[in-house]
Order: sequence, then structure tokens, then C-alpha cells
Amino acid sequence: MAYKNFILVCGGTGCESSRSDEIYRNLLAEAEAQGVKSDVQIVKTGCFGFCEKGPIVKVLPSESFYVEVKPEDAKEIIAEQVVKGREVKRLLYRKEQKTQDSAKVEDIEFYQKQFRIVLRNCGVINPENIEEYIARDGYRALERVLFEMTPEQVIAEIKASGLRGRGGAGFPTGIKWETARKAVSDVKYIVCNADEGDPGAYMDRSTIEGDPHSVLEAMIIAGKAIGANMGYVYIRAEYPLAIERLKTAIAQAKEMGLMGKNILNSGFDFDVEIRLGAGAFVCGEETALLKSIEGNRGMPVPKPPFPAEKGLWGKPTVINNVETLANVPVILTKGAAWFASMGTEKSKGTKVFALTGKINNSGLIEVPMGTTLREIIFDIGGGIKGGKKFKGVQTGGPSGGIIVEKDLDTPISYESLVALGSMMGSGGMIVMDEDDCVVDVSKFYMAFCVDESCGKCSPCRIGTKQMYNLLDKISKGNGEMKDLENLEKIGKAMTKASLCMLGGSAANPTLSTIRHFRDEYIEHIVDHKCRAGKCKDLVVYSIDAEKCIGCGLCARKCPVPCITGEKKKPHVIDASRCIKCGECFKACKFGAVVKS
Amino acid sequence: MAKMTLEELRALRDSKRQDLARRDVEGKEIQIIVGMGTCGIAAGAKLTFDAIVEAVQRHGLEDKVVIRQTGCMGLCYVEPTVEVVMPGMPTVIYGKMTQDIADKFVRKHLVEHSLLDNHIFDRPAADIIKK
Repeated sequence: MAYKNFILVCGGTGCESSRSDEIYRNLLAEAEAQGVKSDVQIVKTGCFGFCEKGPIVKVLPSESFYVEVKPEDAKEIIAEQVVKGREVKRLLYRKEQKTQDSAKVEDIEFYQKQFRIVLRNCGVINPENIEEYIARDGYRALERVLFEMTPEQVIAEIKASGLRGRGGAGFPTGIKWETARKAVSDVKYIVCNADEGDPGAYMDRSTIEGDPHSVLEAMIIAGKAIGANMGYVYIRAEYPLAIERLKTAIAQAKEMGLMGKNILNSGFDFDVEIRLGAGAFVCGEETALLKSIEGNRGMPVPKPPFPAEKGLWGKPTVINNVETLANVPVILTKGAAWFASMGTEKSKGTKVFALTGKINNSGLIEVPMGTTLREIIFDIGGGIKGGKKFKGVQTGGPSGGIIVEKDLDTPISYESLVALGSMMGSGGMIVMDEDDCVVDVSKFYMAFCVDESCGKCSPCRIGTKQMYNLLDKISKGNGEMKDLENLEKIGKAMTKASLCMLGGSAANPTLSTIRHFRDEYIEHIVDHKCRAGKCKDLVVYSIDAEKCIGCGLCARKCPVPCITGEKKKPHVIDASRCIKCGECFKACKFGAVVKS
Repeated sequence: MAKMTLEELRALRDSKRQDLARRDVEGKEIQIIVGMGTCGIAAGAKLTFDAIVEAVQRHGLEDKVVIRQTGCMGLCYVEPTVEVVMPGMPTVIYGKMTQDIADKFVRKHLVEHSLLDNHIFDRPAADIIKK
């Protein structure tokens, strides 16, 4: 028994609520009625991500992609597609202009909302097999660079592509390379920054785990372009799998003569070594990272001189982020013009984001620059978990800010995110819903910065601690209105006076939440109330005597225990001993435990 | 392999490209590709991998099947993910493939040539290498 057709019916939450289950059952019934039950298998699938046009039905192997299908359409789909082998044109997804039918998934613009350059091989090749990388155009760019192009041409190509640093700051990569090329020195270095430290960000880890050779190839290319023969990958020790795959990749490349002495008989030498970081956030800052590679304590030094002029051991050094490098081989095989055709005026190509938090489809996504946050969160991400209300999205981790509902339609670019008081950052994107408290979130990020501040400059060392103390005070209900002013004052001073961007951006989460959610801060200060119920000291649990049936479940769950009461009679919480863990609230089946 | 010259690299690329296109390795025509990034492994991809290996043996298919690993497919919310490529069946990606589903998966997809309900997900983006 072999099926000729497969009908996939989306069983995601979005499609299910627009009756996809009924479509599924109708299709089954129709297949039976029309006597083709053994020719077609009807399957329910996970979310296709295209919830806006749901319910979605896809037919394989013809790849017919039907949108906005109704239960009544089942009969026609079976009769036409399965019995007669023709597509139901009426239901095919059409582009906005309504000019042509788009049967194939690849033609649908929605699926081009995600476009994979950096992640081109992730989830496709075996990262521990260099041959699979080679088969997918791997080391093709290196061939061109070694045998067909001059270093100047390579740099010109990268400049023309408009590629900018994906670590967050967005410095043009080509200009960085050009500066290092022009610097006069006997020795130069290439460094790959894989010290990904933002909470919730894992783009670089996944890129190295899924496609380590793309980064290595780019480092060799960069070496040829600027005249360096040595490269270092600085990666945090917490990424054991990425490190292992990187080691395997380096060994394979060396064995095949793609790295090491006299690469492909071109006369060019290039070696790569791995340096493990101990996980200090500040070591993601380029000058601190270089100090750490040198064996010194990871602390930033003032710029200029920039590393491209005076970097590792005082030699000209190009330091690029993992994602930046992973773009390089594709630019050189497909051309700068192709790359520059994607994105906005000043931000070209794509950006990888790690989509996490209160979102349905958390995961690793890559979208062209200029995509809006709304498309990312609601179309690709499938919206907020549990149908809750969207509150904000934090981009750029502890260095970025919160972006709220009204700004969701801004096309993403380096400039637009800065204008919104956030930043691109390395690409962490944490979605928050109505259950998240802005004071609590700001306090979390500030605590992170207090821990991670290297202590070299006082604006950051003292500023982060002072801001944390003020946020802590507010979250405990002891805040005063002048604390808000002080937060803003200290924040602005830190932004201007800190030595590096860790301090320079540490105030962003707090400042942006104060700007967008001032009322919530005031609520904490004046009304001693946390509407999300996250600030423990402001929450009081009590039992509604009318709803309580006296089952005693809450008392058994209470770890203190501070809940007392006789069986079948209303129980009471002793507020003075309550530690506000919320276990009773979660346990009660009758809604009798009240949080206020 | 010894160090290569430019010509050898090009020849290797061409031959491997065909392999990858046919997706067949030494006469083995069914490929099962397990997503083994940290996200997948954390969700149990290693156990899934082992369970699939066992299930394939149990069904006597080890001569036909190659089981490979790959990185993160981007569908972190439904890890572990498994892609299957085989003749006569559309290429599909399965999500939420915990170890207990491995046997059912091998039996249904590989032996009975039918798809698994409620586990199919889509590749999230078009492939740029094909173009």
C-alpha cells in the first residue's frame, strides 16, 4: 500500500481556531465517500507559520499550497486533486497583485520573510563533515579569493555589499578590513568574536554548531584580504558542542589543505586557533576580548587606536562577529550586488534573531533587514503564548531597550532600532506579555550589568550599582518620585561617560522602560502595586472566604507553612509569615486564593 | 585525505554535490537527518537518534538507511526535529520527535509509507543554494 498524495492540514492554534479540525474531518469523510481512501493520506501538522492566511492546507508531492480553506472546500480538494490530479486554483495562495497563482511554497513571499544566508547550511548539512559543506558551494569563495581576485578587489566587494558588523554596533566590515590592510606591520591578526553573552541569545552558538566551516572560510578570506596569517576564535567555554565542532572543522580543513601552510598550493598560509573565554560579558567588547586573548584580565581600553590599527599584541587586528563572518563567503560567491539588493538603504542583507520569551514559535530565525517586528513576532513567531496581551519586546539584551506595540511596524535596521531607544545588539529578541513587570525586568538586566561590569571606569562600576539599588527600592515598594529622576540622571551620565559600550548601554533597558511605562513605575512608587504580580514585596495573597471550600490543598502546598484552617471551613493566610511563593495561588482549583 | 589542490577541491565539490542532490550514500537511499544543535540535544535528540538507530535495526532496514546529524533547523519550539528524505515519499520535517516516537516513526514512514500525524513542520525558509 502506498499513498499517491498527502494532504497536510495545519493543526496549529491559529488554524485550529478557524476550523481546521473540521476541514480535516471533512477531508477524511470525502476521501472515503469518493473511494480514494487508499490513495491519499490526510495528516495534521504543526504550525506552518502563515497564520494570517489560515487555515492552511498543503498537498504533497505537488506542493499545492492552499490558504483560507473552509470546511466546505474539502469535497472539491478531494475530487479535483486526488481523483483528477488537478489543483484547485481558486484556493491557491495568490500574491497581493493577484496576477499569478503561486503553487510552490518558495514563491510565496511569506516564506521569504525568512531568508537564510548565515543559516544557509544550518539544519541541512552535517556540521562534522567538511565534504557536505564543500558540496554546498563551501570554500568556493576561498578559491576565488586565492586565485581570481586581488586583496583590494575582495575588500571592494565587501564594501560594495554594505555588510555591517552583526555583533550589534554595525560598523561597516569592508572599511574595517581596509583600515587593517593599509596598516603597516609585519604581523596582523584575524579574530572571530564568538563570545556571545546576552541572556537569551544563541545565534552565534547555533551558527558554529550547524556550520563551522562558513566561519573558518571567512576568516581565511579575511586573512588574505588584510595580509594576516593567523586567526583566533574567541569562544566561551560554556559552548562545549560548538567548541567540539569547531575543533573537528579545523582539523578537517587542515587535513585537506584548506588551512595551514600553502593553502591549495596558492602560497598563502593561514592558521586558526581557538581561545576559550571564561564567560565574562565584558569580553564580548572587542578591546577587552583582545586583552583576554593576550592572557591579561579582560578589561576594555579606550579607542582610538582601533584594533584595526593597533589590536592584538599591538598589531593590526580585524575582529569580526561570527554572524558577520558567516555572510562573507556568500557575498563573494553570489556577488555584492545580490547581497545589497536585500535590506534597507543603510542596512543590507539579513539578520539572525533568537526569538524567545512568551512566544509560540520560539526559535532561530533569519530575516532580511527591513522586516518589521510585527512580522517577526506575529507571523513567524506565531504570536504570544496563551493568547495573552503583547507588552513589549527587548532587543539587544542588557544593552538594548524595550520596544512597544505602537512601534512594532518599524522596519528593522541599525538606525531605526537606535531611534527607538534600543539597539540591534547581537540579535536576542525576548518577547514579554502582560504578566511581565517592567520594573522587575529592568532590575534583572541591571543586576546582570552590576555582575558583569569589569570595574575599570567609575560611571559603569558605581552607576550600575546605584541604579540597581534604586530599582530594588522601587520594586520593594519603598520608592519615591525623585528616584525616577535620579535613575534618568545616572543613566544619562553612564551613557555618556562610560569607557566601553557595556556601561554605555547598561542604562538602556531602564531608561526605555521608564519612557514607555512611566505609569507602571509610578504605580509601584505611589500605589505600592505591581500589576503583573512579579514584584513579590508588593503582592499580598489572601483567601476569599466565600469561594474557599476548605479542601486544604493550599495548606499542604505551602512550604512555610502559613495557611491554617479547619477542614471544610475557609482557610486563612498569615500575611506576616507568607513568603509569597505563589504555590497556593497555583494550587487552588476554586480561584479562592486572591493575588492583589 | 591528503592536502588538496584547487582542481581536486573542484572535483570533490562536483562529485559530492551530486551525492547530496541524490541524497544517496553507497546505495542507501533513505536518509534520516536529526537536528543536533544544543537546542535539539537538550530536548533529547541524542536519545531520539539512538532510538531511531534501534528501530531501524528492529525493522531490518539498516542496509537502506543512513542516519545523519545536522545543526539547528530553527524550529527550537518543537525540538527534537528529524528530516526524512526517501524515494516515493515527500521530504518532510518532523518535530517533537522524542525517543518514544522513534519506533512508530520508522514503522509508519519507512515501512508503511505514510506520514505521522501531528508531527509535521515546515522548513522555515527557502534554500538559497538551489537558486
